Amino acid sequence: MLAREPESLRRVPLHDLHVARGGKMVPFAGYDMPVQYAAGVLKEHLQTRASAGLFDVSHMGQIALRPKSGRVEDAAKALERLVPQDILGIAPGRQRYALFTNDTGGILDDLMVANFGDHLFLVVNAACKTQDEAHLRKHLSDVCHIESLTDRALIALQGPRAESVLAQFAPAVASMTFMDAGPQTIAVNGKALACFVSRSGYTGEDGYEISVPAADVALLATALLDHPDVLPIGLGARDSLRLEAGLCLYGHDIDETTTPVEAALEWSIQKIRRSGGERAGGFPGADIILSQLQTGATRRRVGLRPEGRAPVRENAPLFADASSTSQIGKITSGGFGPSLNAPVAMGYLPKPQSPGAKGVAEMSFAEVRGQKLPLKLSAMPFVANTYKR
Amino acid sequence: MTTLFTTDHEWLSIDGDIVTVGVTDYAQSQLGDVVFVELPKVGAKLKKAAAAAVVESVKAASDVYAPITGEVTEVNEELVADPALVNSDAGGKAWFFKIRIADKSELDGLMDEAAYKAHTG
Repeated sequence: MLAREPESLRRVPLHDLHVARGGKMVPFAGYDMPVQYAAGVLKEHLQTRASAGLFDVSHMGQIALRPKSGRVEDAAKALERLVPQDILGIAPGRQRYALFTNDTGGILDDLMVANFGDHLFLVVNAACKTQDEAHLRKHLSDVCHIESLTDRALIALQGPRAESVLAQFAPAVASMTFMDAGPQTIAVNGKALACFVSRSGYTGEDGYEISVPAADVALLATALLDHPDVLPIGLGARDSLRLEAGLCLYGHDIDETTTPVEAALEWSIQKIRRSGGERAGGFPGADIILSQLQTGATRRRVGLRPEGRAPVRENAPLFADASSTSQIGKITSGGFGPSLNAPVAMGYLPKPQSPGAKGVAEMSFAEVRGQKLPLKLSAMPFVANTYKR
Repeated sequence: MTTLFTTDHEWLSIDGDIVTVGVTDYAQSQLGDVVFVELPKVGAKLKKAAAAAVVESVKAASDVYAPITGEVTEVNEELVADPALVNSDAGGKAWFFKIRIADKSELDGLMDEAAYKAHTG
């Protein structure tokens, strides 16, 4: 057999900064990314909840949808062909969570869509960005120019002190509320950086995501990290933070086989796109998703709290009781929640739909190293979010 | 007392036929913040190279293998209550379990401290 060339990892513009600051680099979605720095996952997680953390998410895809007509409504209407969300209803300067669906009602990717007034700005997952871009080109090229913004980096400043830190460089960000998004000038050392800022993130904390020209990202990141309230945070803590916040990780908690209803993401589908709504349906898998919105699905993504101290991790099979041998579901994300100081997980469990049937069982059991560990059904988020509404 | 090391980054402190087992400081630095430890039961008969204990960080679970064959005589309950001891004192307070060694020749292939240091480079 021929030896295979090791797959070369792509580097983000902040690569040298990560290495210089002690980042432990690991492969993630084809990129060489910091999983943690010297402080470690636990401290980085708690730092973000208590003060502020800076995350590099430059591996994610940034895409501009520019309407050929010049009317952003045309781009919004076109994008509604691919997602079950109300895109036309996103006001200029606002952002919304959306889902690309497939013909069987599954999820191709989850994304953020912002209305920048004359075009739409999309942020998609790193592992899906090539296929997302092709999907957009195939279905929207009649209406939009699709531009992959590969010359921009993306960083997130998250935590209760994110506002006071970022406002030192861009005072206008202090008045933004959750899911506001738009161009902002950030001034660093007398240089005006042309950024796109949204008041959002994926940690459950208040904070910002900042799209910045790749050539300027080291300048901005260094300035933010020089602030005593800010530490660099790796992907390890990003994962434990989003898990405590009850947020889905694409490819784990949601994928092509899970529908938005099964994934408990109904909240993301506005009335106007549902049955009886003014623009009902018209997206891939609409028949299945609209029907499930009315009748429910037979399984559901739920929050689970292990009763013991042992973390219950992804792919652990779930059972109805400790003696059962027939699997009823599985864990899709699980680990230790540093803010809860306890293990935490999410996974799929059956939801009986017969008339009068109860919902998802209060107790289930996960098999870990041959033992069945009890899990209690829990509301999500596990840790209350602190978004500035 | 002699201390020996395995290629799996465990240390063994040998006192007569009782061997105390823990993981090395190098191992804890690779594991990251330890949040859970599962130990064998006292009286359990361990076979060399079989999974004997579990140590979990925020991100991942790792097995600790029995470095020798023998019976577990004592386990460190303090470590179960405070798994972070692995990070703060891997070579001391964070011992995992003690085994009564069955066959002392099993110690022959293990490294001394100098050899282990060279191994972890």
